[in-house]
Amino acid sequence: MIRALKRLGRIGLRARLVAAFLLVAVIAAGTTATLIYQEARSAILQQAQDTAVDQLREQIGAQKVELPMTRDSLRQLSLTVGRQGKPHPWYVYAEYGTLRASNVSQPTSALLSEDLRRRAGANPHGTFQRVVKDGKPWLTMGMPVRLGKEGMQPTQPSGIMVYAVMPLNAEEDTVQAMVNAARDGALPALAIALVPALLAARSVLRPVRDLRRAASSMGKGRLDTRIEVKGSDELADLAWTFNESARELERSVEELQKAEARARRFAADVSHELRTPLAGMLAVTEVLDEDADRLDPDTAAAVRLVSAETGKLATLVDDLMEISRFDAKAAALNLDEVDVAETIAKTLQRRRWEEEVVVGLPDGIRAMLDPRRFDIVVANLVGNALRHGAAPVRVTLRTEELPEGPRVVTEVHDSGPGLAPDVLPHIFDRFFKADAARTRSVGSGLGLAITLENVRLHGGTVRAANHPDGGAVFTVVLPLRPPVAEPLPGEPLSAEPVS
Amino acid sequence: MPRVLLIEDDPSVREGVELGLRRRGHEVRAAETGEAGLAALKTFQPELVLLDLMLPGINGVQVCTRIRETSQLPIIMLTARGDDFDVVVGLEAGADDYIVKPARTEVIEARIRAVLRRLADPGGRPGLEFHGELALDRAGLTAAKSGERLQLAPSELKLLLHLAASPEQVFSRQQLLESVWEHSYHGDARLVDACVRRLRNKIEDVSGSPRYIQTVRGFGYRFGPLR
Repeated sequence: MIRALKRLGRIGLRARLVAAFLLVAVIAAGTTATLIYQEARSAILQQAQDTAVDQLREQIGAQKVELPMTRDSLRQLSLTVGRQGKPHPWYVYAEYGTLRASNVSQPTSALLSEDLRRRAGANPHGTFQRVVKDGKPWLTMGMPVRLGKEGMQPTQPSGIMVYAVMPLNAEEDTVQAMVNAARDGALPALAIALVPALLAARSVLRPVRDLRRAASSMGKGRLDTRIEVKGSDELADLAWTFNESARELERSVEELQKAEARARRFAADVSHELRTPLAGMLAVTEVLDEDADRLDPDTAAAVRLVSAETGKLATLVDDLMEISRFDAKAAALNLDEVDVAETIAKTLQRRRWEEEVVVGLPDGIRAMLDPRRFDIVVANLVGNALRHGAAPVRVTLRTEELPEGPRVVTEVHDSGPGLAPDVLPHIFDRFFKADAARTRSVGSGLGLAITLENVRLHGGTVRAANHPDGGAVFTVVLPLRPPVAEPLPGEPLSAEPVS
Repeated sequence: MPRVLLIEDDPSVREGVELGLRRRGHEVRAAETGEAGLAALKTFQPELVLLDLMLPGINGVQVCTRIRETSQLPIIMLTARGDDFDVVVGLEAGADDYIVKPARTEVIEARIRAVLRRLADPGGRPGLEFHGELALDRAGLTAAKSGERLQLAPSELKLLLHLAASPEQVFSRQQLLESVWEHSYHGDARLVDACVRRLRNKIEDVSGSPRYIQTVRGFGYRFGPLR
């Protein structure tokens, strides 16, 4: 039962509403039909049996009988009464002592029960009983014949019993016809009940469906989703409440986004404004460096400090601008098909790291990537490993077949103490310093954050972990071809010879 | 030492770069606006132009276009990283190279030397060589098509000579960046693409279906084969 209810819970609202409507219709039709059937049946049968009993009483009262009865007079009595059956012809059986006579061939009938005989004998006005034999309904009556003139009191019992048996086929047929009519009427009624059921289900379901669509649309980020409010029922209230909530949500999100955009634009503007004076300063640092030797020691130290810090500031501003472009989603991917091993080797060569880094770079891995951004990724990871880890640093390259497609995997593995567990989750955060004692390093503090953004721009992933044999391992996984594989940018797509 | 015309509106950058280059022995003339720069072209007769892209009045791209109308003078743009669109437009307008600000003087000077070197040191054999309708004079540093002298910017001429020196050999864009522009391997390949487009407009019969400078999809460019 409980399981059935649970299953019902899984059935849709429409099915449940229709089922409820049909159930109500069935109960209503069934109850009405049953009540009408019972009432009509008893009324029809009552009328038939009243008529029959009255007729029998009248006929018996009209007979003049003289005692003692003979077989012939008894038969005469049954024949006379038997002719007057009403509302239908009947069979009449007369009994007097051991004498039996009837208006048919059998002198008595099996339909006459002992109960009827007993009650008929005891009741001077006679009695009746309905019996069913072989599926056919019969009315059986029993009445004593009394002596004395009609209307004169008292009359005396004569000892003669008259029984009448009448078929009730006609009445039963009438009742059956009513049952059939009720059944034939109920089926179209149920069919018609389906219409309001479906209409009601629709009127409830459409707002529910609208609400579901709207909620799902908001979930996908379209916060301007609203529902049409129709009518003034509970569903309309719900729609109105939904719209109000959506409006509030949209307003708060908009404010948050504006605040965030302001903050980002501020960072970008600051970097931009810093860049122009820095461009002038950076151009003259060499002049400072060259002439510092000729200055007195304090001035020389101050000049060298300004020169060195100008360089670091330029790097920092450059990195800030880069991060701002990622935040503003203005970072563009200039894809090119390159030999990955060659690209990594060039990165190491350009920074003169070939001596310090052990490489495992198989030839022939070609991938679509942005060489400038990939250079930054590798340089940041290797530079990081050389600064914070310990030599030897190993750079390895391989391809992997993942369910999402082929991937090129670059690993940078240092031989240092590895990363503390509490550092790991934050290693790619902006300005995150793993070692609080190390105030400023060579980098801007944005190196790994920029690495992460560059990898993401390629549709790839980068993760940091500790190698079981010691040392930190940074793993960059890039798609061999990024999701949007472009042809050589700016190249005509015409059919050209391809060797 | 080369004569450099610097067109830059920001005083600190203008003074800083001018000071830095002069210290290294360059003869520098600084102009504040595009108009002043164009005027100085005739009087100062520079060997190279350093051109800021963001200028009041006529902007750097327009200055570049105006210079290219009459001259194949080497032009290096000064730009801020992120002004990607301007870089592309500037390269299309005929600039040979660009430098991202802020930059140290040694970087600026190295770029100047590289742009000028490609004219002084073409490499390959001396003498006139013919490829289809093209005639290349490596000694005289000129190129002609069907007997008509081609007006090629320094980067265009050097790229053409470099590719034509090894016909049918495929060069990746990274290789071309290293050997023609003396950039790093990871430099901006749009330099190569823009230069190839400009070169095709000048030397190909139909620039949409190039004969001389062909694309090898996924690998790079090659000269020929001519059929």
